[in-house]
Amino acid sequence: MGSIELQNVRKDFGAISVINDVSFKVDDGEFTVFVGPSGCGKSTLLRLIAGLEDISSGQILIDGKDVSNVGPAQRGLSMVFQSYALYPHMTVRNNIAFALKMAKQPKKVIDEKVKKAAAILNLTDYLERRPRQLSGGQRQRVAIGRAIVREPAAFLFDEPLSNLDAALRVQMRLEIGDLHQNLKTTMIYVTHDQVEAMTMADKIVVLNKGAVAQIGSPLELYNKPNGLFVARFIGSPTMNIISGAPAAKRNAASIGIRPEHVEFSTTAGEWPCKVRLSEHLGADTFVYVEGAATGPLTVRLEGEAPVEPGQTVYVTPKENRLHRFDKDGRSMA
Amino acid sequence: MALKQSTSQRVTMSVIAWLVALLIFFPILWMFLTSFKTEADAYAIPPKFLFFHWTTDNYAEVQSRVDYVRHAINSIVLSVGANVAGLLLAIPAAWSMAFAPTKRTKDLLMWMLSTKMMPGAGVFMAIYFLYLRGHLLDSLWGVGFLLMIINLPIIVWMLYTYFKEIPVDILEAARMDGASLRNEIIYVLTPMAVPGIASTMLLSVILSWNEAFWTLNLTNVNAAPLTNMIASFSSPEGDFWALLSAASVLAIAPILIIGWFSQRQLVRGLTFGAVK
Repeated sequence: MGSIELQNVRKDFGAISVINDVSFKVDDGEFTVFVGPSGCGKSTLLRLIAGLEDISSGQILIDGKDVSNVGPAQRGLSMVFQSYALYPHMTVRNNIAFALKMAKQPKKVIDEKVKKAAAILNLTDYLERRPRQLSGGQRQRVAIGRAIVREPAAFLFDEPLSNLDAALRVQMRLEIGDLHQNLKTTMIYVTHDQVEAMTMADKIVVLNKGAVAQIGSPLELYNKPNGLFVARFIGSPTMNIISGAPAAKRNAASIGIRPEHVEFSTTAGEWPCKVRLSEHLGADTFVYVEGAATGPLTVRLEGEAPVEPGQTVYVTPKENRLHRFDKDGRSMA
Repeated sequence: MALKQSTSQRVTMSVIAWLVALLIFFPILWMFLTSFKTEADAYAIPPKFLFFHWTTDNYAEVQSRVDYVRHAINSIVLSVGANVAGLLLAIPAAWSMAFAPTKRTKDLLMWMLSTKMMPGAGVFMAIYFLYLRGHLLDSLWGVGFLLMIINLPIIVWMLYTYFKEIPVDILEAARMDGASLRNEIIYVLTPMAVPGIASTMLLSVILSWNEAFWTLNLTNVNAAPLTNMIASFSSPEGDFWALLSAASVLAIAPILIIGWFSQRQLVRGLTFGAVK
């Protein structure tokens, strides 16, 4: 119904290879997130799937059919843009109805579908307004409404929440999650925010410099990163990476331990460190320390922790949560 | 940083601005006043400014001597027709330059604009003989076609700059919504570009209205617009200033009125892309 498969997809802009031999499959109904740092090619990948750009080589299959030469509208997908891309000269109703108008659907059908989409998104009172009269969150919903009404095989989201303030972002994240439960349609979601990725995804595709770094469920990536890049990208605050003596002691070129997986003591421990500063968030405290053997470390403590800058503390990693990496940055089992 | 100007500085600036405006407008003002004078007053030295015997005889004579209405209709048909046709050609051209540019697009734009630098007199003979052989002289289609292609570079250039201001992802959204290229241009691009299109049309209609060289040389009776009408009052018998003034006022009145009411769009059109 809505499965999407990429086989050996490449995209070159002139001499520069932006997408480098990417292959993976998104199953029907899955919420898949493409995540990665700026410039890793995740938006380009989404646009290739949408048909807004042509692939340089490889194949894209939707429900088993090769769509590499098919135009964007014929692929049966809907896209929600980062800037919403609403038609400024049309009312909300006409914005949502536009796709159906292009498909030459009868007026009654159009009115019915627009009404339904507006109801799902709480837009019924705003149907006669124009985009410039709407708030950011409302505009985002209109963009989603426009996508819903086409009843696509899959939804493509291109960083839809980046332009919203933090509180609204959390709310919209939940609404998109609800939408997915509701419609059960395949969704591909691009973001640079790994918190969004972790909270929304069934499956995450981590991209780095145009290639797939790792694919897995959020917890798989959290617990079993396959290399330094994924280990550092997933998890906030970032995993502590230590090379030198502490790593050699454990037969690795470098070791990684997440800030939440250490034992913290003011009296004894493996690594003596000096406190640089601490951040108090109420529910958590992040303590930034500097260890002689380890270099800078981040420690996450639950609740409040009375530590002073300059204080000497001791950090000990929990051995069963420790990650070992070889000299090429790959995870060692 | 806001410029701090004292009141006296601002008053001085205003006075200077008014003087400059008056200076620029003076020829037209003089022409307007002269059109109401007798010929004797028109030639008087020292020149009479406001205190003379006002008469509308000149206007009556113009109307009796030439068919103002026919000339005016020709001007309207030529200016509006040539530029609407030009618009239909220019929109797809500007679309491809703005949204699907190639390495050569900038060169193409430059070349188009450079054709405006060529003096009409340079190609006059060639065009004249082509039109002679093609039986296109003194026809609205003939001179209208020429007026269109003369303005095409400007229309394409201006539309190009307006189209570039339109966010590409709105057009991409239309493509995802199933709009063909034709529908994308009709339902999304053009409505969004309407202010730009209006400014462009205004400017090019004014340019066509005032185009004298080609209209005088390629038309005679049937297709003659108002430019011909004015020229016909410049005769071997001598220049009748008052009569000429009346004819000129009648010729520029329509465009002056339109220009007055659309000042803002005109300014926008002339300063397009200057501030991003």
